[in-house]
Formats: sequence, C-alpha cells, structure tokens
Amino acid sequence: MTIEELHKIAQTERDAEKKFQHHVCVCIAAGCLSSGADHVRDALKKEVAESGMKNEVLVKGVGCMGLCSAGPLVTVETEDQMFASVTPEDAPEIIRTLDTGADAGSSGLHPCPTNVPFFERQKKIVLENSGKIDPERIEDYIAHDGYLALVTAITEMTPLEVIEQVKNSGLRGRGGAGYPTGLKWSTVAKTGEQEKYVICNADEGDPGAFMDRAVLESDPHRVLEGMAIAAYAVGAQKGYIYVRAEYPLAVKHLKTAIKQAERMGLLGNSISGTRFSFHIDIRLGAGAFVCGEETALIASIEGKRGTPRPRPPFPAESGLWECPTLINNVETFANIAPIVRHGAEWFAAIGTEKSKGTKVFALAGRVENTGLIEVPMGITLREIIHQIGGGIPDGKQYKAVQTGGPSGGCIPAEHLDSPVDYESLARIGSIMGSGGMIVMDETSCMVDVAKYFMEFCMSESCGKCIPCRAGTQQMHGILEKITAGEATPADVALLEELCELVRSTSLCGLGQSAPNPVVTTLKYFRDEYDAHVTGAGCPAGTCKTKDEVTV
Amino acid sequence: MTATQTKVRLATVWLDGCSGCHMSLLDTDERLVALAQRVTVVWGPLVDAKQFPENVDVTLVEGAISSEDDLHRIRLVRARTKILVTLGDCAITGNVSAMRNNFGANAVLKRAYLENATLDAQIPRQVIPALNAIVRPVHEFVPVDVFVPGCPPSADLIFSVLSELLEGKMPNPAAKFG
Amino acid sequence: MSARAPIRVKTLTIDGREVGAREDQTILEVARENNIFIPTLCNLPGLSNAGACRLCIVEVKGVNKLLPACVTRVAEGMEVTVNSERLAKFRRGILELVFAERNHVCSVCVTNGHCDLQNMALKLGMTHVHFPYQYPRMPVDASHERFVVDHNRCILCARCVRVCDEIEGAHTWDIMSRGVECRVITDLAQPWGKSESCTGCGKCVQVCPTGALSEKGKSVAEMSKRRQFLPYLTLMREGRR
Repeated sequence: MTIEELHKIAQTERDAEKKFQHHVCVCIAAGCLSSGADHVRDALKKEVAESGMKNEVLVKGVGCMGLCSAGPLVTVETEDQMFASVTPEDAPEIIRTLDTGADAGSSGLHPCPTNVPFFERQKKIVLENSGKIDPERIEDYIAHDGYLALVTAITEMTPLEVIEQVKNSGLRGRGGAGYPTGLKWSTVAKTGEQEKYVICNADEGDPGAFMDRAVLESDPHRVLEGMAIAAYAVGAQKGYIYVRAEYPLAVKHLKTAIKQAERMGLLGNSISGTRFSFHIDIRLGAGAFVCGEETALIASIEGKRGTPRPRPPFPAESGLWECPTLINNVETFANIAPIVRHGAEWFAAIGTEKSKGTKVFALAGRVENTGLIEVPMGITLREIIHQIGGGIPDGKQYKAVQTGGPSGGCIPAEHLDSPVDYESLARIGSIMGSGGMIVMDETSCMVDVAKYFMEFCMSESCGKCIPCRAGTQQMHGILEKITAGEATPADVALLEELCELVRSTSLCGLGQSAPNPVVTTLKYFRDEYDAHVTGAGCPAGTCKTKDEVTV
Repeated sequence: MTATQTKVRLATVWLDGCSGCHMSLLDTDERLVALAQRVTVVWGPLVDAKQFPENVDVTLVEGAISSEDDLHRIRLVRARTKILVTLGDCAITGNVSAMRNNFGANAVLKRAYLENATLDAQIPRQVIPALNAIVRPVHEFVPVDVFVPGCPPSADLIFSVLSELLEGKMPNPAAKFG
Repeated sequence: MSARAPIRVKTLTIDGREVGAREDQTILEVARENNIFIPTLCNLPGLSNAGACRLCIVEVKGVNKLLPACVTRVAEGMEVTVNSERLAKFRRGILELVFAERNHVCSVCVTNGHCDLQNMALKLGMTHVHFPYQYPRMPVDASHERFVVDHNRCILCARCVRVCDEIEGAHTWDIMSRGVECRVITDLAQPWGKSESCTGCGKCVQVCPTGALSEKGKSVAEMSKRRQFLPYLTLMREGRR
C-alpha cells in the first residue's frame, strides 16, 4: 500500500458517498444501541427503500456522537441536522423532512441543536471521526485520511524521527498517570534489536468511564494505526489489544478492523512493501479492574493470574514474556496518527504548557448533558460542567465533581475554576485519570460517595499485598459505620491513619490511590463526616441511620 | 501516712475467659506474699463485694466482651480505674472466647446445653446474661493502658508487670500471643 | 584472560552504616549479610520475591516512595533507612491488618511458638491490634491424607504457591478470587486430597510461615517447620547450572 493507493481508495469512497444527496448517520455505539439504535437504523433503511430514495439517501451506522443521554441519535450530515431520542417509528418522518425540506421542529421529532456549547466548546482530535464514519468499513476511515500517517511514517520517516515527532508533540499518557509518551517510546526503542511488543491497554474499568469503549467502537482503525506507528518507532513486531470482554461491540469492531487492515496490507508482513511487519491480536480481559495496571495486564496476557508485580523493572525494559514492551492506553494511541499527519507543532499548540492536546471525558452524574466529550487541556472544570454539561438539573446546587474514578478525588466548588491538566488536578488532590467525570449535587452525601468508591477498590483489590487487601476492607468498614451513624470521631481518626498506611505501603497504583476519594472528601467535606459522627445525621439526607431504617 | 494508706488498690476482673489468667496470677506463688505487702485487692472473683469499688489504681482484666453484661461491667471498671490492664489473649484478641464468632452464639448454646446435656436439657434464659452475636476484645470498647499478652501470660510476666506498675512505671511487656 | 563478566560492586549506606554489595543484590540481601534486621513475611531465600507483604519497606534518600527491600536493587551511593518511626508505625499497621483479617488464634494453633507471624508480632512490638477484627468464616480442608490447610491462619504470602511451582515443579497451589476473598487453592479449587497434580512432597507445609499448612497428627504447638531443604536444593541446582 502506497500513499497514492490510499488516496485512490479515499477518492473512490468519497465519490461513492457524493452520489447520495443526503447522508443519514445513526449512532450505533453501545450507548445508543442500548436504547434501540439498530432498530432505528433498520427502519430508516427500510423507509428509504420503500420510498424509492435508495439512490439519494445513504443510511449508515456510525460511532458515538457524544450526547449519549439523548440517544438514539441520528444526524443528517448534509443538512447539519441532529435528532435526539429517535424511535423506529420516527423513520418515515425523518425521511420525509429530507424529501420535502419540511421544518423538523413541527413534525413530532426531537431536533437537537448542534450550535450549543455542548458541541461548540469541544475540540475533537481523538473523536474526529466518531459519529461520522462507519467503524466497520476501512474505506470510510481511509476517506478521512486514515492510514496516511502510518504509510508516511514507514516509507518516509526513520523510527527516530517518529519518536522525535511524538516527543515534540508533548503527548502524555492518557491512561491516567500522564507519563510522557515520547519518552516511553524512546526507552523501548533503546533496548536494541530484539523481540518487543506493543500493548494497547483497553481494560477500561473505572465506574462511569466509557471513553476507550467509544473510541474502539467508533473508530477502531485509528487505534490500530497508532499501534502500528508505535511498533515501527520502537521496533516491535507483535501487538496485543487487551480489552474487556464486557465490550462485545468494541471487540467485534476491532476484529473486523484488524482483518480489513491485514487484507489491505496495512497490518501483517512487509507493510507497504517495507521490511516492517506488525501483527495485532486481541486478548479479552475477564473484568478485573486491577488488570488495567500494566504489570497485572501483562501477567494476564501471559495466561497468569492478573496481579501486579513490583516495578522496576518497568515493562519498557522487561514486560511481556520478559521482552521490552510498550504499553499505552487506547486514547494515547488514538492521538498518534493526527500527530504524525499534522506535525508535532500543531498538537503542541493545543492545551497548556505541560499538558498538550485534548482529553476525552465521560461526563456523567448530575449534569444536564451527559455523554462523551473531548476538550482541550486547560479548559476549566466550570466550563465543562456548566457550559458543555449544561449545569446542574432541577435547580439543584453543585457540590463536587469526581475525576479519575476510584483513584481520583472529589473536587468542591471552590476549585471549579481550576484548569483541567495533569498538574492542576494533582494539586487539588485529584488526578486526570483515564477520563471519568462524575458530577454530584447537594443530594449526594460525600461520605457515601467515598464509601462507594472504597467498596469498589475493596472488591477489585487483587489481594496480593496486605495493605491494599486488608486496608481497603478496614476503611470500607469504617465508612459503613459512619454512614450508619454508629461511628465516633475516633473512627474518623482511624480512617485517616489507614489512608496514610494504604497509600504509602501498597504495591501498585490501585492501593496507592485507593484512599484518594476518602482523602479528598475528608479535606473538602470534613463537615459532612463530622455531622455523621456527632449525631447530627447525614447533611444530604441520603444516609439512613439504623433507627431511621427501623422506623 | 500509714502503711495501709499507701497500698495500691488492685482489682482483678473476670469476663469471658477460662480463669487461666487468674490461675497464672496465683502461680506467682510465694511472690504473692511480697505483693500483698504493697497492694490491697479490692475486687476480684474471690472478693466478697457487691459493687465494683471507686478509686481503683490498677485493674487486671481477664476475658473478652461477649455479653451486654460484660460491656456494662467493663465501662464501670474503666470509669473507676486509673490503669486498666488487659491480661491475656482473650481480653486482647478475643482468642478462644471469640472462636464462636464463626458459628454464632446459638450454636454454642445448643451444643453446650442441649446436645451435651445428660439431664433436663434446656438453654438457660434467666439469671445468666444473654450472649452477644460477636465476641470482641476489651480495647474495642474502652481505652486500655497496658496489654499483657499470652494464653495465659506467664506468672513471671504478670509479676514483672505488676512490679513495674508498683514502681510507678508504665510497662510495655514484650511477650508473644498464645 | 578469562572472558568472565567482571563482578561489579556498589557501596551504599544502611541506617548510616557503610556496606558493600554486588550490583545484582537487593537491599534485603545486603542487609542480611550485615546483620541488619528488615522484617519480612512473604520473602524466603530460595524462592522468588513477591514483594507482597510490604513489611520490608525502606526509605531511600531521594525517592519519595517507600521501596520494598526484597526487590530493590542496590545502587552506588544509595542511602537506605531501615528503621524510622514512620516505618515502624507502617510495619506495625500492616502486621495488625493481617491479624485482624482472619482468625489467628495463637493459643490453639499447631504452630504456636514456631510461627513466623507470631514471632513478627513480638519482634515489632505489636501488643494488640487496634483495627477491628473481621472474624471471617474460613474453611479447613483436611482431605489430604497427610496434610491440612486451615484458611483461618493463611496470610496469602504465596510461599506455598511459589515453592510448589518453582522448586517442586508441580504448581498444585494457586490463589483464587480477589481482595479479602482470596484463598490458596489446590488444582482448580478441588479438595487437596483430590488433587491430581500434588506430589505429596510437603514442601508447601514446611515453607508456610503460619499454621495454615500443617502435618496431620500435630497438636497445639507441635508443628515446627523444617526448611533446610530449600537452601540445599537451590544450592545444588545452582551448582549444576
């Protein structure tokens, strides 16, 4: 495959699409699919066929459009029109508006304006194709400049140049810790000529997070391309995508994508006629949260029990089967092709001084617009929650936003103007994490929230090291006691002692960060803990003490 | 000041334990005579008094908390004692007394009073206190000043702890559980 | 001249004491050579290191995280602190967590008096456990004709798993479940007596730090562990290599 051939495929694809007067895109990613998007798509196709518009209207299934709470979503690309909560029964009406150009507003449909902050405040790099292309057709990806970066890299650039490009872009790992991606790549590259591996960490396990799932479902080729570029840069021959078995659609799309890419010679042996060969396999995770930790993930791929091991040695030096291994998250790989395509300077111009590019978040909880968003680094939490998210519904007061899942923290109103970047979030006690963002209003009890996350960590602890295994159990027990109204101030002191112990002595990131939700709620919402232990009850009114339950 | 006034007021309390710790205390043998010169035993299993006295200097507690009655007693003891010493593993860890936690109080009562009874089998419901669901160590309910582990703690250990206390020191005995 | 790779040495300090080490040694190994005590439960010379019990954590100057001495290699000029108030507090905390987690009733245990956990409590000055005891209900498997596994006493150090895999080569033992639900299992959680891979060698019993694995017929305090075979076997194997 050469660049010319890619252009040819892209042109053919674009020409084919141009023949249609209208492009109707139905989101068939997991969110909309769960509310019946596949039936909507079938109804639309049927309607088009029956109304004899087969040559004018193209109905295609596409990936996530972002506003998941309003699904199933349908867009008419050519008219720049979006419909929310579409049912199969709406199909004739949608097609009729195309045909007659009638005003959609009066038709019983739910038009969804796209000139609102939810869409306009976003900046899409990772999700640029999401909701636009058919994730099951490689031609559609190629028509959107897909695989240009890979072919350019392997035919026109040296591995070192690729690494320099990534380094200069300032891209940092999107899995949570924010380790500089270029630096990681160059470390793996430096291990010389030997068997090496590239692993894509798609074991997304944070409660409420679905960024990686959306990317894999909506634009799987983008991840494959990123991995292949990485493999070329670091000198790896084999790649694995470790994805949870709970993501069947993502797995299906990935499998299709790998097959298509192999058939076109974009994966496999001698890619683009060069000496570079790269094969990708999928490994399904069984849903253990800890397998998102890189050493546990590697153990799991090796067929062992998914438990972390102490680092060093880091995977870059000794990873899968003790070979140097590059392991990056889905979103990190999804950023690679655009960086190679547009250049490091382009990417580095987006974001803040130390956090470049964009970040995808799964916005959830007590906000008007919940769904998948991609924003430039440095945007404030207030902009995300009150503009993109549309604020808190039902006239309620904002209380906190939880970022980074069970490893993150709860951020109060006083820090709403804090920019969203790795350093700023860390400074206020939370983390960027992989992109979960849960908004809470005054009806949420912060002790209860901390308890929820602690329960998660307790049951997801792998059990290998004592502080995490037994410490999270103790912390959860104390939090239960507090929410039941049976605790004393001494219990809170014990809780704080455990936070310090578990954080400082646990083996891996799971344990080291498990106390974070407790630490931040203790820091910012101490009064709520105090109220529970001094008999004043639960300020939010969510925790029922034993007496109240029996009454 | 007379000699009796300077004597240390010592109490010993027997909660849910086998009395082995008290036996071990008695195993200090002739050293008891020396102790008796310096302490007055104001409360204990063999002391004939109706109420736990006020102003106790040192109380040795044997046994875990396994009933509301135990809890009530230990709170009173704590309130009236300067230095509370938990004596032996049952008081400190729950030990054998807490082994029933895995089976529940009813299973224990059934085994003891019904299955193993040879005559007039019945679970006593009066006079003796009802058992708590879970047996717990003393320090989970009241603050404890000195822990003397062992099952039982050796006579030597008990004697050295008491000696230190009598010298006005706060002992921190290094002894193993079990 | 021989083509043997030169042995490189490093100098470091442990609690202010200057010590020399081969570059491939861990802090724990060097400390032991110099009679500096670092508490461990999961480590056992002759087996691979798990880094799981976290008792051997030490402070290293310039590193903001605590490092497990059992897997941390020495480096030139490294300044290691083994004993500090903070470390002592953490270690006691970890130990107390283990005691509170399951049912370690020393007084009626077969290894009373010969137990690594019991001795560690004494050594670290643990007078009581200030976390609430969990009292979980744990099974005992006495289906094997010669051995017993009592999960009440298990601290999940995985010594049995490692010795069975690395020394005996049977890999009968493994661990199932997650978090506090974890349990050591034989084969695919079959009763030990039904295990087809178990050779009955008993190495697991001997390396077990507590009374979780014991020989049948031993009463309270009668089970002491014999571990001489481990350094012997390791030495023999290294010699053969």
